[in-house]
Amino acid sequence: MAARKKKPAARSKAPTKKQRAQPSRTLRAPRAPRAQKLAVLVATRKGAWLYHTDSARKSFRVDGPHFLGQIVNHLMLDPRDGRTLLAATSTGHLGPTLHRSPDLGRTWHEAKQPPAFAKAPEGQKGRSVNHTFWLTPCNADEPNAWYAGTSPQGVFRSDDGGDSWNGVAGVNDNPELRKLLGGEQDGTPDGPKLHSLIVDPRDSAHLYFGMSSGGVHESHDRGASWSTLIDGLEVVGGFDASNPSFHDPHCVRMCPGNPDRLYQQNHCGIYRIDRPEKRWTRIGKNMPKAVGDVGFPMVVHPRDPDTAWVFPMDGATVWPRTSPGGKPAAYVTRNAGTTWQRLDAGFPASQGWWTVKRQAMAADSQDQVGLYLGTTSGELWMSRNEGQRWSCIARNLPEIYAVETALVS
Amino acid sequence: MKVHIPTPLLSYTGKSEVEATGATLADLLVDLDRQFPGLRFRVIDEQDQMRKHMRFFVNGEQVLSTLQPLAATDTVHLVQALSGG
Repeated sequence: MAARKKKPAARSKAPTKKQRAQPSRTLRAPRAPRAQKLAVLVATRKGAWLYHTDSARKSFRVDGPHFLGQIVNHLMLDPRDGRTLLAATSTGHLGPTLHRSPDLGRTWHEAKQPPAFAKAPEGQKGRSVNHTFWLTPCNADEPNAWYAGTSPQGVFRSDDGGDSWNGVAGVNDNPELRKLLGGEQDGTPDGPKLHSLIVDPRDSAHLYFGMSSGGVHESHDRGASWSTLIDGLEVVGGFDASNPSFHDPHCVRMCPGNPDRLYQQNHCGIYRIDRPEKRWTRIGKNMPKAVGDVGFPMVVHPRDPDTAWVFPMDGATVWPRTSPGGKPAAYVTRNAGTTWQRLDAGFPASQGWWTVKRQAMAADSQDQVGLYLGTTSGELWMSRNEGQRWSCIARNLPEIYAVETALVS
Repeated sequence: MKVHIPTPLLSYTGKSEVEATGATLADLLVDLDRQFPGLRFRVIDEQDQMRKHMRFFVNGEQVLSTLQPLAATDTVHLVQALSGG
């Protein structure tokens, strides 16, 4: 989520049962800034759209398509200026690139040097970026700096606002990390991804990133070196959980209200970790057994670190990756994963075979948090009351890859 | 020599036929990138390999290597493969 960076709040006490049943009004840490303008950024298989709204979020003005026909894996607005957009683009035939807009999409400029791996020495097989999958703006103390995660797995950094990108050698050229990636068949059906690039708001050198496959990793020196963070995470039965190449984190999020807390939606469950602990706790065991704790997105509250949302998927048999039973629902925890409540009011009550990708669910930073999700069937849904009731903003879009929210200057 | 440009690359060249020079296809693509910055990376990857879904024809014959020699009188077609229907 492209929310404004805020001073971390003190960790809240465990909520009461009554509090858990309500949106997080009583749990709120510092009051959210009163936003004048918001945008929902939608990246799809065939272009990108912006939905402009205001704090009330009762009406949306559509701006798009941008890049019609092009694959847009991620569209992000720079929270440091509220105006600059970066779009990770490619087409079915051409190589990958990135586009930058300094004026909220009015004009776009292609990157002069898109992410690209180093040329392999003669006689060796090198890697080629298929697409940029994930974009993360750095902190305000590193103006114009961004990170990008690619498929196949790589980390790239730009220090000029996204115009030129250089590989982070400690990751991309590190033979130890390459061993963790497995073969080409160990990636997702759309290719192996490096995702969930997280910059600690307190320390710009402190990064986390996830790899599907390849596990979760942490760096304290901007990626020059890294350590693996997979203790407590489960893997598919019969495999060695100490081997990172068997790990498939789907989405990792850091809580803005407590950057020491991270939540993770994994191929094998939902997890939480409270640093400096090094072991993840499977909080998805507390989900209803009939629903399970498989899914792709992980959404955290902009202020309350005890609140997080997931959107479960059917991970049985051949992995349909659709809403269990054809009944779409988000689930929320308001006590850091001890209990979960179903949030499906407004969604189809049956025959809703939705898939929501890992980047396609987001929260805004308003007082009563708005939630947004996009389906692979091209529907954009939102809730202006933290998931208590959902409504459809847009239908008939292409397959939605990513949904982000942003405060617009 | 004449180089025919497919529609996905018209945003770079602005026209479907351009002039470029080069003793090999690799050289030609360098010259095209000099004239139209960014074009080469869309058709050739960072390992100097042809992109999976791009095709290159010289005088109507498909070539599979960027080391293909070229003459000033040749005609080159950059084509997006018929992949995907």
